[in-house]
Amino acid sequence: MEAAMDLMRRMPPRESEMALSALLTLLPEQSSDLLSQVDLPLQVIRDLDASKEFILCEYNRDADSYRSPWSNKYHPPLEDGSLPSNELRKLEVEANDIFAIYRDQYYEGGVSSVYMWEDDNQGFVACFLIKKDGSKTGHGRRGYLQEGAWDAIHVIEVGLEEEGTAHYCLTSTVMLSMTTDNKQSGTFNLSGSIRRQMILDLPIADGHLCNMGKMIEEMEGKLRNSLDQVYFGKTREMVCTLRPPAEGVQLGLPPN
Amino acid sequence: MADGGDEPEEAELHEEQKKEIAKWFLSHAPAGEIQYVAKDVKSLLGDDRVYEMAASEAFPVYNKTHLVALEMPDRSGNVIITKFGEIDEDNYLDPRTAQVATVDHVQQVCSNLRPATDEELPSCYIEGFRSALDAELCKYVDDTYPKGTCAVYCTRGKDVEGPGASFEFTVVISAARHSPQNFCNGSWRSIWKVEFKDDLQVVELKGSLQVGAHYFEEGNVQLDSKNECNDSTIFQSPEDSAISIMNMIRQHEMEYLSSLEASYLNLSDATFKDLRRKLPVTRTLFPWQNTLQFSLTKDISKELGIGK
Repeated sequence: MEAAMDLMRRMPPRESEMALSALLTLLPEQSSDLLSQVDLPLQVIRDLDASKEFILCEYNRDADSYRSPWSNKYHPPLEDGSLPSNELRKLEVEANDIFAIYRDQYYEGGVSSVYMWEDDNQGFVACFLIKKDGSKTGHGRRGYLQEGAWDAIHVIEVGLEEEGTAHYCLTSTVMLSMTTDNKQSGTFNLSGSIRRQMILDLPIADGHLCNMGKMIEEMEGKLRNSLDQVYFGKTREMVCTLRPPAEGVQLGLPPN
Repeated sequence: MADGGDEPEEAELHEEQKKEIAKWFLSHAPAGEIQYVAKDVKSLLGDDRVYEMAASEAFPVYNKTHLVALEMPDRSGNVIITKFGEIDEDNYLDPRTAQVATVDHVQQVCSNLRPATDEELPSCYIEGFRSALDAELCKYVDDTYPKGTCAVYCTRGKDVEGPGASFEFTVVISAARHSPQNFCNGSWRSIWKVEFKDDLQVVELKGSLQVGAHYFEEGNVQLDSKNECNDSTIFQSPEDSAISIMNMIRQHEMEYLSSLEASYLNLSDATFKDLRRKLPVTRTLFPWQNTLQFSLTKDISKELGIGK
């Protein structure tokens, strides 16, 4: 498993689907571990009843069907597919509506879905998903990118409440890929993924949605910032180490 | 682990399939990381024989693609593993020292050295042009790439004895930087095809540049960029041709570096925003508190002034 995870952080991020399927072939007995530890680009299908798109993941899957957060129905239809309790479903509906507004404000487009389910310890788990296609052919508003994808997966385990506070454990992954392509500079692709955790005890007076929402917003800000500053910065530094820019390098132009 | 699946019920994977998977991983290793990938693959396969078969097929391809440079045992410099200097799979010409190096692809070391035979080397006439270009190239690479290795190969017309026939050189520049302790590796590779067209009295240049970088501390982010360019100049004496060719190469590579810098600068301001903004369109953090007061999202939309 350790070797498998080491491979995943070395393979080109754009090939992660292929890499995971190769690992699953080699290690069929560890498939559940692999599937829970390796995140893949998200897939989207259309809920025909609600005429809206929703995101597929392990958490809304039952057999070969996926539950839409909009209509609460499985696609393709599935008899007695598991559903959240009525109370949790109410929270899920609300979360989907609010998260869609949040998503639109930050992403100016994209698709989002929120899924919730009861866990074994009387708490519940919520999964917030965002998929944004920023490519020219997608719904990117500015059209700088030949190809661009941002997938965010936020899983929050909400623990039993004690004395007015609840325990929140958030694990977030962002996967992204950006390609620009033009005659002068050729193709330029930056892609990658990072995963971080945040654990907080918060008063429930503000409500679960508010607590979870704030955590996700803070986390997304941090992840975006470290991708921008740290991860892109480090690869840029590497380019400058390979071939330091002109200052300081003697231009040794030969006399003609 | 968690499944406790001890019974080997699954049908055994075909060796062929395992080997193909191993090769896929090896060939996708970032610059400077194939040995780490090899270690992982070996332990995942749990079958040394299959691993060795995969390694013996994947390493030569990887070494050639990445223009891996190996130190020659007599310390006379590095030999670049490339198809342009390939005599056979294990033997590579170093045109500068006129030696042929035998390499061990999997260990990535150069094990033996012998002088090149006359048949393996270009004619005196061609060598005049080649060594003049090589001298200029060395000066440039020494000045520009802290860890650069370079070579000029005659890839067509090496037996031309004098004016009246065309020939072609390939200039290879390979610079790699490995710093696994800082979770960072990268490589710069340039391949320049230089055609001396005797009939037209011109020299045509075709370059392909490739830069990669990998940063993987608590994540995995990779840069992968490529570009191609063309240029031409007039056919002159060996020395003058060498100088004008190297001026063109220097110019194009400098421009490419600037365009990479520009892409990076553009990233924070513009490109990245296409995916996710730093702040919402409202320029303030999302009002999660207020959402509680509204059970209907229509009201929230109104409140936020973003009615659909």
